[in-house]
Amino acid sequence: MSNIALERITKRFGDVTALDNVSFAVDDGEFFVLLGPTGAGKTTTLRIIAGLEAQDAGTVSFDGQSLANVTPADRDVAFVFQQYSLYPTMTVYDNLAFPLRSPLRRLNESEIQARVHEAAEKLLITHLMDRKTANLSGGEMQRVSIGRAIVRHPRVFLMDEPLSNLDAKLRESLRVELQHLQKSAHSTTLFVTHDQIEALTMADRIGVLDEGRLVQVGTPDDIYDRPANTFVARLVGTPRINLLAAEPANGAIQIRDSQLKLPIPDRPLPPAFQVGVRPEDIAISPGGAFAGDVVLTEPLGVETIVHIGAGGATLLSLVPGMVPVHPGDAVRFDVAPDRLHLFDPSGSRL
Amino acid sequence: MATFEETGPRTPVTISSRVDKVSPRARLTSNVRALLVLAAALIGLIPVLVMGATAFKSRSDVVSVPPKVVFSPTMEGFVFLLTERSQLTPSALAAQQANPEDLSLFDRIALQNGQRINGPSDFVMRLRNSLIIAGGSTIASVVLGLLAAYAFSRFKVPGKDDLLFFILSTRMLPAVVVAVPLFLMFRQLGLHDTHLGMIILYTVFNLSLTVWLLKGFIDEIPKEYEEAALVDGYTRFQAFYKIVLPQAATGIAATTVFSLIFAWNEYALALMLTSQKARTAPPAIATMLGRGGIEWSAIAAGTLAFLIPVVIVTFALRRHLLRGVTFGAIRQ
Amino acid sequence: MATIELQQVEKRFGDFQAVKPMNLTIHDGEFVVLLGPSGCGKTTTLRMISGLESVTTGDIYLDGRQVTWLHPSDRDIAFVFQFFALYPHMTAGQNIAFPLQAEGASRDQVRQRVDEVVRLLRIDHLLEMRPNKLSGGDKQRVALARALVRRPAAFLMDEPLGALDAEFRESMRAEIKKLHLDQHATTVYVTHDQVEAMAMGDRIVIMSNAEIQQVGTPAEVYYDPTNLFVARFVGSPGMNLVSGRLAGDRVRLPAGNALPLPADQAGALADGLGRDADVVVGFRPESAAINEDGALQGTVYASEHHGAYTMLHVSLNEHDLVHIRSSRLGRYAIDAPVRFDLEPAMIRFFDPQSEKAVQGNAHP
Repeated sequence: MSNIALERITKRFGDVTALDNVSFAVDDGEFFVLLGPTGAGKTTTLRIIAGLEAQDAGTVSFDGQSLANVTPADRDVAFVFQQYSLYPTMTVYDNLAFPLRSPLRRLNESEIQARVHEAAEKLLITHLMDRKTANLSGGEMQRVSIGRAIVRHPRVFLMDEPLSNLDAKLRESLRVELQHLQKSAHSTTLFVTHDQIEALTMADRIGVLDEGRLVQVGTPDDIYDRPANTFVARLVGTPRINLLAAEPANGAIQIRDSQLKLPIPDRPLPPAFQVGVRPEDIAISPGGAFAGDVVLTEPLGVETIVHIGAGGATLLSLVPGMVPVHPGDAVRFDVAPDRLHLFDPSGSRL
Repeated sequence: MATFEETGPRTPVTISSRVDKVSPRARLTSNVRALLVLAAALIGLIPVLVMGATAFKSRSDVVSVPPKVVFSPTMEGFVFLLTERSQLTPSALAAQQANPEDLSLFDRIALQNGQRINGPSDFVMRLRNSLIIAGGSTIASVVLGLLAAYAFSRFKVPGKDDLLFFILSTRMLPAVVVAVPLFLMFRQLGLHDTHLGMIILYTVFNLSLTVWLLKGFIDEIPKEYEEAALVDGYTRFQAFYKIVLPQAATGIAATTVFSLIFAWNEYALALMLTSQKARTAPPAIATMLGRGGIEWSAIAAGTLAFLIPVVIVTFALRRHLLRGVTFGAIRQ
Repeated sequence: MATIELQQVEKRFGDFQAVKPMNLTIHDGEFVVLLGPSGCGKTTTLRMISGLESVTTGDIYLDGRQVTWLHPSDRDIAFVFQFFALYPHMTAGQNIAFPLQAEGASRDQVRQRVDEVVRLLRIDHLLEMRPNKLSGGDKQRVALARALVRRPAAFLMDEPLGALDAEFRESMRAEIKKLHLDQHATTVYVTHDQVEAMAMGDRIVIMSNAEIQQVGTPAEVYYDPTNLFVARFVGSPGMNLVSGRLAGDRVRLPAGNALPLPADQAGALADGLGRDADVVVGFRPESAAINEDGALQGTVYASEHHGAYTMLHVSLNEHDLVHIRSSRLGRYAIDAPVRFDLEPAMIRFFDPQSEKAVQGNAHP
């Protein structure tokens, strides 16, 4: 397997700058996730690495060797697409064998057969070999797609939202399998998604893209616990982080347009800022320091989202289990003082 | 490796969006509607049925008033159509009739009219010309159209929209308008009354249609398929050949039929630009009128024979055709 | 407002049975969610209630009034579509006013009612805009306003959040629920997303294979699923289901594991299923806890960090994988052995043959 390095990649489509000076590196054997909303430039990055799109500036290299003027076929990458990459007119076996039958590789049929079967066994799709891919379920199709990627033993895996078109249960199970597969084979993988859960759960490291700019690179813990700005803070975590405009007042954080005051951290603060509190850091308890009214409850089974109206602001609290509170109830709650996130008015972390 | 159960059935469910199907009375209405449609279809078929019957009628049955619905079928029309004959003298006729077992079916029918078959008629050659010209131009226009359509669909072609409009605009002029300049051009180039000339002509006429149709079909094939092949180690042409072509089969079939029907049926230009060697069937059938009285049964037989190849091709491709024509309208 | 009653309602498309005969009563002011995977018949059921789809057999009553054969416009219901179905050539305001104009309401009446819903949904700034200029969330707000403006007897919603980005989906979910708390309109809501169903429904109707699997409150379907399908479908991930066999006062589980049972429960299970019977043991990921001295053991298959918690996937053997929810700080290496315990009150038992829950389950 290889490492990947992107240096100062810029890509424009007409007047739109899709990627703006993006640099990052994926280590050998690392599972790196590019996370961002639609249109952030994730897929373009992947396509540039695969050679399906040419960058306007910057270099892509594998193991220190620049890929300028190397065709997609010669880059030896495996690309898993969101959909539409299995050939509907071929059987599963022929789909898996297709990359191996490339004139570049000169493999004989018995070698091809051995490699196809090895991959199929890993993905539990041996029983599907003679089926036409058009007759497969979504999950089976995506397994075959992954199979077609691993059959090649490529230098790197590039995956473009491979789980997005699957239903929730299937997505959960393939997510786990994919992670297991990657960790067992130590394959260099660059995985693109807009789904923060996929990013947090699978990645060794995450790169967050916002409108063509890389705004943070870090481990899932860095991204979740120390978001570089409000964009990242809002992007990860469900339900979303509570973000409130605030100012320092008499040794406390005064939430603007409300009577709510939060404990102030022991460091200098600007005259205006934003404070972020993750819903799981707001705990409902009879002896809580703050008072509020329940606006809405959303029981999810394992936990309940409680919307609390407090002093003119609305806060989302995530409480374990099915809590017996109802809209209109008065509640008391605590905010974990060491888990407050502070951002300057422009959104950067303080 | 452990797996999870996949949830739920994945059988596709068709959900009708009809709002009018509210009471059992609606079912009656729909039956009446079906009957009406059937009746209209039958009325539309009457000329075709009359033509089919005429092809098998004898000379006297053809002109009888009122028209005969029940008649004894004869191959007379086909014999007149396909053969050159000469009138026999009474003695020769008697000699022929003496040993009828030596004669073929066609000979015997000719004999009944006091005639002898000398050889095949020009019409056989006309039909062959039609096959060569229509077949050749269809293949050429589909192959060229496919390449052009692929390029328009996948690559950034400068002035793409203008070019596509220009290609379509060639279809806007009625063929007859350009017949005279074409005639002069063809004479200069030595293409007058040649197979090659007619193939080139029909190919050019059909290209606008095939490029537009095929571009539509290729647009529907996601480009991810080819990109996957590119990454998998194939060239652009290999990807086109191995991936795009099989998936465009239905579209190619539909386009082939449309091209073939045009080239096969074309009359006006064939009449002007061919005379003997490359003359096709449509003008030939028309000019059969007036060789010593109108041979209605021969004309009907000619028309019937002329219909057969197109019917066969359309029938052979019908499944592709139905899918091809509804492509895009219904997401597959 | 209205009650909706379905009696033996069935739908066939040719030979295909889309909805098997079903009975369901939706009470006045209730928010009922029809939940199931695609193709389970939930949307067909909703469309039959609306009159957009005919009923093959059975009867539908709205407030006791037989409406089975009534045209959709005569049923006094409003329908909210997944893809908004806003008229593209009208502004948002004209879209909202359209149903009232169709009823022949006076100009003043229209203005007053439109103002009312616009204020309720806080969309006054959108009124002059055409639908193609609106974001997904705003489109659905306008569609909701158009449904509300008629003050119908009931609302039918077909995956109204399905076409929205995750970003809007969460906040629209809360908005629709707040709206319901405010208006108390009878609502039937179709979704395939169990999170939406749990968060929004007063009661949830879970469907699969064209029939109802369970009807209950979110707590009932979560804690006491009536069968394996519901157990698997509700929750993210679903309930852990491990095949075992009764053996005296314990259940033998894969890979040499054994789950001890309280004597009375062991007796009840043996009475219900028979001695030495096969049984499926079910437990929620949060009802298991990693514990060095735990009674059960497995190896780490994968470990997922969700930010607020860690989901640990533990394989007992190559077929049985269980999910255990642990604290956000938990870190586990792949293939490391782990031991864990189950919270006895939260274990559920199912009959592997009938796939139904076994009587004698403990209740929280």
